[in-house]
Amino acid sequence: MTAETEGRVYNVGGEDWDEVVNAASEAGSEERLIVNMGPQHPSTHGVLRLILTLDGETVTELRPVIGYLHTGIEKNMEFRTWTQGVTFCTRMDYLSPIFNETVYCLAVERLLGIEQEVPPRATVLRVLMMELNRISSHMMAIGTFGLELGATTVLLYGLREREKVLDLFELISGLRMNHAYVRPGGVSQDLPHGALEGLREFLRVMPRQIGELRALLDANPIYLARTKNVAYLDLAGCMALGVTGPVLRATGLPWDLRKSQPYCGYETYEFDVPTQATSDAYGRYLIRMDEMEESLKIISQCVDRLAAKRPKDDPVMIDDPKIGWPARLAVGADGLGNSPDHIAHIMGESMESLIHHFKLVTEGFRVPAGQVYTSVESPRGELGCHAVSDGGTRPFRAHFRDPSFSNLQSLSAMAEGGMIADVIAAVATIDPVMGGVDR
Amino acid sequence: MTSENVPDTGGQPDPAAEAGEDRLAQQVERTGMFGTETTGDTSGYGGLQVRRPDLLSTARPYGSYFDEIADRLAEGLERDGAAFAEAVSRVVVERGELTLHVPREHLVAVARLLRDDPSLKFEMCLGVSGVHYPWDAGRELHAVYPLLSITHNRRVRLEVTAPDSDPRIPSLVSVYPTCDWHERETWDFFGLIFEGHPALTRIEMPDDWKGHPQRKDYPLGGIPVEYRGATVPPPEDRRAYS
Amino acid sequence: MGIEEKLPSGILLTSVEKLAGYARKSSVWPATFGLACCAMELISTGGPRHDLARFGMERASNTPRQADLMIVAGRVSQKMGPVLRQIYDQMADPKWVISMGVCASSGGMFNNYAIVQGVDHIVPVDIYLPGCPPRPEMLLDAIVKLHDKIQNMKLGANRVAEIEELEQARLRRLPLAQGTGHLGIGGGDPLQLGEHS
Repeated sequence: MTAETEGRVYNVGGEDWDEVVNAASEAGSEERLIVNMGPQHPSTHGVLRLILTLDGETVTELRPVIGYLHTGIEKNMEFRTWTQGVTFCTRMDYLSPIFNETVYCLAVERLLGIEQEVPPRATVLRVLMMELNRISSHMMAIGTFGLELGATTVLLYGLREREKVLDLFELISGLRMNHAYVRPGGVSQDLPHGALEGLREFLRVMPRQIGELRALLDANPIYLARTKNVAYLDLAGCMALGVTGPVLRATGLPWDLRKSQPYCGYETYEFDVPTQATSDAYGRYLIRMDEMEESLKIISQCVDRLAAKRPKDDPVMIDDPKIGWPARLAVGADGLGNSPDHIAHIMGESMESLIHHFKLVTEGFRVPAGQVYTSVESPRGELGCHAVSDGGTRPFRAHFRDPSFSNLQSLSAMAEGGMIADVIAAVATIDPVMGGVDR
Repeated sequence: MTSENVPDTGGQPDPAAEAGEDRLAQQVERTGMFGTETTGDTSGYGGLQVRRPDLLSTARPYGSYFDEIADRLAEGLERDGAAFAEAVSRVVVERGELTLHVPREHLVAVARLLRDDPSLKFEMCLGVSGVHYPWDAGRELHAVYPLLSITHNRRVRLEVTAPDSDPRIPSLVSVYPTCDWHERETWDFFGLIFEGHPALTRIEMPDDWKGHPQRKDYPLGGIPVEYRGATVPPPEDRRAYS
Repeated sequence: MGIEEKLPSGILLTSVEKLAGYARKSSVWPATFGLACCAMELISTGGPRHDLARFGMERASNTPRQADLMIVAGRVSQKMGPVLRQIYDQMADPKWVISMGVCASSGGMFNNYAIVQGVDHIVPVDIYLPGCPPRPEMLLDAIVKLHDKIQNMKLGANRVAEIEELEQARLRRLPLAQGTGHLGIGGGDPLQLGEHS
C-alpha cells in the first residue's frame, strides 16, 4: 500500500472473500457503470435498446427503449381497404403472422356481423394454420433462447424444425412468411393437393424432433443453472403489468384464451393448457415445449376434419357476394395463383360480375360503423385488435394490443437485481418480437 | 306497391324496418352520384352517401353479464359518494360488447372500483387505444381501455374523451401499472396528455419528433414512386371511395 | 485500404488481385443488421437447410469492427437510421452492404412517415435484394453475386481507375423509362417515349 494508489484497497488474507465482497458492495455506490446494449445487438430479439446501470455484475436499473422498428402500420391501414389491411397487419408480429391476420379478420367479421357465416372449413383451416404458426414461433423462441445462452446446437435444431413448418406454410398459402392467408370472410384458398399428406408426415416426424430437443435441454445442468430461478415474475406482478401468455401461465394461473373465451371453434378441440408454478425462465421453457405438443394434438384433429368426407358445397370464403373475395384462388398449372373458372365468367359471360369484381377489389366492401375489440391467444400472449369503423371501405382506426409490448414492460421487474447474463435470459423468456412492440 | 312481400309482423314494431329508418335519419356527411368532385368515382355504384352515425346509447336491460357490471359499479360508486349517471355518461352495448363512456374526472375512481370490487375484479387492463375523431367537436380525442376480468371471465371497455383544445386525461398508472407504456404511446401518437403519469415521453417516435403521427390531421408522409416513366402517388393521394 | 496502398502503382497486380479477391470472398463475416421479418429469413439462411457456413459466413460478427458485410435485413425506421449509419462507419474497409428485402431497398410497402425509403439514403449499397421477405435461396443468390463482385474487385491504382470508370458509366446510363435494355431489363421503349420526352 503506497500513497499513490487510487480507489479502495482491500487486503486479502485468504478465506475471507466474503468480507471483501461485502466491503466492495458497500463501497460500490460511487462506481456504477451505465452500459448501453444498443439497438443492434444479436441477443436482444430485434432492435431493442437496453440501458443498464451496473454495479459490478449486478444490474441495479434497467430501462428498455423501444421504437426502433416503428413502421406506422396502424396509420398505413387507415389508407387501405379492409382486405388490404391484412397484408399490413401480418407484418407486425412477424414470427406469428397468422395470428395477426386472424385477430384482425375476427374484428372485421364482428363489425360486419358475419361471425357465424364464416364457412366451417375456413375456420378449421384458420385453426390449423394458427397451431402450425404456434409451433414455428415457439421453435424460433427456444432456438434463439439457446443461441443467446451460448448453445448453438439448440438454434440449429429449432431452425430445422421451423423449416418443416415453413414448408407446410408454403404449400398451403404460397409463402413462407407474411402469408396474407386469412382474409375477412374466410381464407384465401383451400388446401392444395399433397397438403394432407404433408401434414400427416409432419405429425409423424415432429414428436420425435421435439423429444430430441427435450432430451438435450430438459435435464441439462448448464441449462438448468442458467434458467432456474432466473427472471422471476410472480402472479401479482403479471397482473399489475398486464402480462399474458407463457409468462403468466408459468406463475400457475391456467389462463388461455383458447379455453376461457374460445374463438374459431376452439371449444370443439381437445387439448390441455400447460401450466407451471415456478414463475421462472425454466418454467416458461417447459410451457413452450408442452404447448408445441398440444398444438400437434390440435393439428391432428384439424387434419381429421379436413380429410373427412366433404359436403357438396364446402367453400373457404364466405358466400356473401358483397363481402367475400370474388376469385376462388387455386394454384394453376404454371405454378401461379389462378382461378380460371372465375376469370372465364367475368371476362366472357357476365359484365355485372366483372364490374362487381372490380368494385370489390378496388373499392372494397363497406363495414358498418362501430368499434370492437377481439383477441386471440398468440404464442406470446393476448393479441388484441381494437377496430373502429366509420361506415366506410377503410379502417377508421385499427389498433393492435400486442402482447410483447405489454410483456416487455415487465423486463425491469424481472431483471433488476440480477446479473447481466440473466438480462439476456429474461429478454429471451419474454420472447418479444419487436415488430409487434413497435408496430 | 303490394304488401305481399312485406312480412306481416302483426302490428309489432319491425326491428329491421326501424333500423332502416334510423339509418335514413342519420346525418348525411357526403353525398354524390355522377359528377362527384371529391372522389373521382363516377360509377354511382358506391352509394357514396356516408353517414355519420349518431352517438349510440343503450337502454337497460343490457343483457348477459353487462347488467350485473352496471349494478355493482353503481353500488360501488354510491358507497364512494358519486352517482352512476354522473360517473358513467353513456353505456353502449353493441356487437356483444359493453362500453362505458366515462367523463375524464371520474376515470380513476371508476377504474379503481372495477379493479377492486370483488364482484367486478377487472384485474387486467389491456392497454390504451387512442382514436381521433376530428369532426366530433369538443370530443375529438378518445382513449379506449379494454379491461379483462380473469376471475369472472368478463370483458368491459372504458372510453374517455378529451377535446383538442384541452387534451388531458388522468393517468391510470396508479391503478393499472401496465398502462405506463400504453399511455406513453398514446401521447406519442395523439398528443393526449395523461396527468399523473410518472414519465410521459415519446416511446415509438424519436425523442425530438414534432407532431403526433396517428392524428387524422397528420399526413401519412409517403412519397411518390417513379417506375418506368409512370409515377405512382403515395397512398394518401390516391383515389378514395369513402 | 489495407495492403494495396503499399503496392507501387504500375506493377501488374492481376494475380495479386485474384488472390486477394479469393481470400476476401471466402470468409466474408456478416454484421447482421437483422431488423424485422427479413431477419427471420436471414437466420434461416444460417440454419441447417440453407447453410451459410459453406461460404464461411456463419460466424456473424456481433461487433461491426470485425465485420465485412452488413446485410440490412428489414425495415429501417427514422429512429434506427442514425444507428445504421454509426454501425456502418464502425466497420473497417473493405466493407459491403446488401440491402435485403424491399423495405431496405426502397421502403417497401411502407411508404410513410416512419420508414426510410431505402437504406441507400444512408449507406452505399452493393446488392439490392427484393422480396418480402426474400427466400433464403434468394439471399444466397445475392451473396453469390456479391462474392463475384468481391472476387473481381481491383486493387490500388487499378481500383481508383475502376471506380472512375463505373461512375462515368452510371452517369451516362439512361433511366429505365427510356428502356435501353441495360442489365437485360426492359429491352426497348414500350411507350415510344424515346425521341419525344
